[in-house]
Amino acid sequence: MQRRDRQLGLLYAAPLTLFLVLSFLAPILLVAGFSTMPAKVFDLAHMPDFSAYGEFLRQGYWKSVAWSLGMALVATLILFVICWPLAYGMAKVFKRFTLVLTIGVVMTLFVSENIRLFGWVLTLMKGGLIEGYMRHWFGTGFDGLLYNVPSIVFGLVYVYLPFMLFPLAQGIAMVPDDARQAAYDLGATRWQILREIELPLAAPGILVGSLLCFVLSAGAIAESKLLGGQAVIVIADEVETAFTYGQNWPLGAALAMVLIAIVGGLAIWGIGRADLDRMIGRKG
Amino acid sequence: MSDTTPILRINALTKTFNEFTALHAIDLKVHDGEFLAIVGPSGSGKTTLIRLLVGMDEPSDGSIWLRDQRIDEMPANKRPTCMVFQSLALFPHMTVGQNIEFPLKLRKVAPEDRKARALELLDLLRLPQDYYSKRIDQCSGGERQRVALARALAFDPEILFFDEPLSALDYRLRKALEKELKDLHARTGKTFIYITHSLEEAMVMSDRIAIMRAGRFEQIAPAEEIYARPVSRFVAEFMGEVNLFPIRAGQAEGVTLSPAAASAFGGATGTLMVRPESLQFLEGEEHAELTFAGRIEAEYMLGSRVQYTVTLEGGQTLIAEVLRENAMPGGPGTPVRLGCAAAACHLIAEA
Ligand SMILES: Nc1ncnc2c1ncn2[C@@H]1O[C@H](COP(=O)(O)OP(=O)(O)OP(=O)(O)O)[C@@H](O)[C@H]1O
Ligand SMILES: [Mg+2]
Repeated sequence: MQRRDRQLGLLYAAPLTLFLVLSFLAPILLVAGFSTMPAKVFDLAHMPDFSAYGEFLRQGYWKSVAWSLGMALVATLILFVICWPLAYGMAKVFKRFTLVLTIGVVMTLFVSENIRLFGWVLTLMKGGLIEGYMRHWFGTGFDGLLYNVPSIVFGLVYVYLPFMLFPLAQGIAMVPDDARQAAYDLGATRWQILREIELPLAAPGILVGSLLCFVLSAGAIAESKLLGGQAVIVIADEVETAFTYGQNWPLGAALAMVLIAIVGGLAIWGIGRADLDRMIGRKG
Repeated sequence: MSDTTPILRINALTKTFNEFTALHAIDLKVHDGEFLAIVGPSGSGKTTLIRLLVGMDEPSDGSIWLRDQRIDEMPANKRPTCMVFQSLALFPHMTVGQNIEFPLKLRKVAPEDRKARALELLDLLRLPQDYYSKRIDQCSGGERQRVALARALAFDPEILFFDEPLSALDYRLRKALEKELKDLHARTGKTFIYITHSLEEAMVMSDRIAIMRAGRFEQIAPAEEIYARPVSRFVAEFMGEVNLFPIRAGQAEGVTLSPAAASAFGGATGTLMVRPESLQFLEGEEHAELTFAGRIEAEYMLGSRVQYTVTLEGGQTLIAEVLRENAMPGGPGTPVRLGCAAAACHLIAEA
């Protein structure tokens, strides 16, 4: 019986599996193929040539990767710190208000990311909402708040907030109230409950939220372009440039492969550790 | 019980939820080393009381004293009391050992000492030593029960509270654990306060029983006393199947009293309690101090005993339980007379 269930399961999963392989794996293989193409040849049938990867090291593209990963890490940490209390409230305290908050956060996703970021540009730029009013009221202005690293991180935090908030709320909802109360009864302080009970039991939610935010932030481009100007060049920007202005497809593909390898490796490692079954409530 | 200061004293403790009063100014004294069971039907306020005692909730009024110290303002994590939850509330992400060591870890006890204590407790609770590194979800219900107990004992509380910890277990395991718990109480010498809605469970384990009803204590006394002399109809009925007859000016409808019995009750008004097992079938014209006449309605085998439902001539129902060898042949419809001694009955003042 169990064997048959298994076989049937595999059969049902087959079309989707095929689709995923074609739509997910195939492009990656294609990019991998391009990345080993000799420069300016445009031919997939050739001897593999890894000079594009050498370029990555020589030309200092690793700096862009470092910036991307660094800012993604900082944004993820900030998001975690901001979202934990909010998610805690959603899962445990707000009750009816949770729905309002959910709708509010989800609604922002209905407006394109670029438009929302432009909103911030208008707010933060010199002569924009903040600086303009400051000058109007106090007579002196300043340089505007745009075009630096913190404003990029701010943009990342702003755009990816829902991706941290909801998994985290889900994770916190998995912490049984009685475990929290038992720890308190056994003498744990608020802080010890957080460290010993809540963080470990909410770990799957934390992991999923952090992975989503980190992966999305690491590949983000709009925040750095719109809010960061030329402050730093992120890796996604380099990839775009290589494919468009640079017309150097192997380089663009190689850069993309590096990013995919780092982010993909991280995601696989993370998901391997998260107990997703428990998260969707199939056990425990 | 001695006259020394009680380990726990509750004065006029009240708890209200919005409009609803869950506890009505209750008083209680618990002696050091005692096993007190709090029994009551669902919704009578047992959990509410225990939550106030361990500090998980704040009383609306009244005070709680631990020896000479007032503790009702003290948060739960500072109180030297500990509770075994109905759900056990074991930490699923920790091993058995880590669960037991948790309170010690909070107190910064060195890891070797923690482990030594945990192993000791495993021993005390008759769990094999290799359970130390087992995961909680690999333990059976009874084993989890023991782990929860070990964790609470590791905390070394002044008073250990239990909120129906056995209610989720099957009958046989529950019976075994009841005895073990009583045994554990004797060996540790700690004060146990145990909530249950099963009077049977309370009888097996406790020194004293407090019967709770709608946010008040109806009676607090040793088991024998509650069994023999319940103070109210509620307690009498809670103790199991009993026959209750209203008695007015020494006369009870449906019961024929001998002159001796009539004078024994001395024109009392209240409720007469007759236990099913105090009744005997009477032969011929024989009379007892209390005599009942009626017809057998139904009979049930209860192993060594037989239980009868008898409809009395006045229409009331009487339940009687006799040993199998004293059973009445004939079955339903048979007219019967039953009797019992006045001393075996109890007069409840409440009508
Ligand atoms: N947080 C609360 N808010 C409102 N009412 C409550 C709350 N907690 C308990 N009550 C009410 O107080 C009464 C006593 O509840 P409690 O949980 O103490 O009963 P219990 O004796 O433990 O019952 P059970 O045997 O079912 O566990 C119930 O009527 C319950 O509805
Ligand atoms: Mg309860």
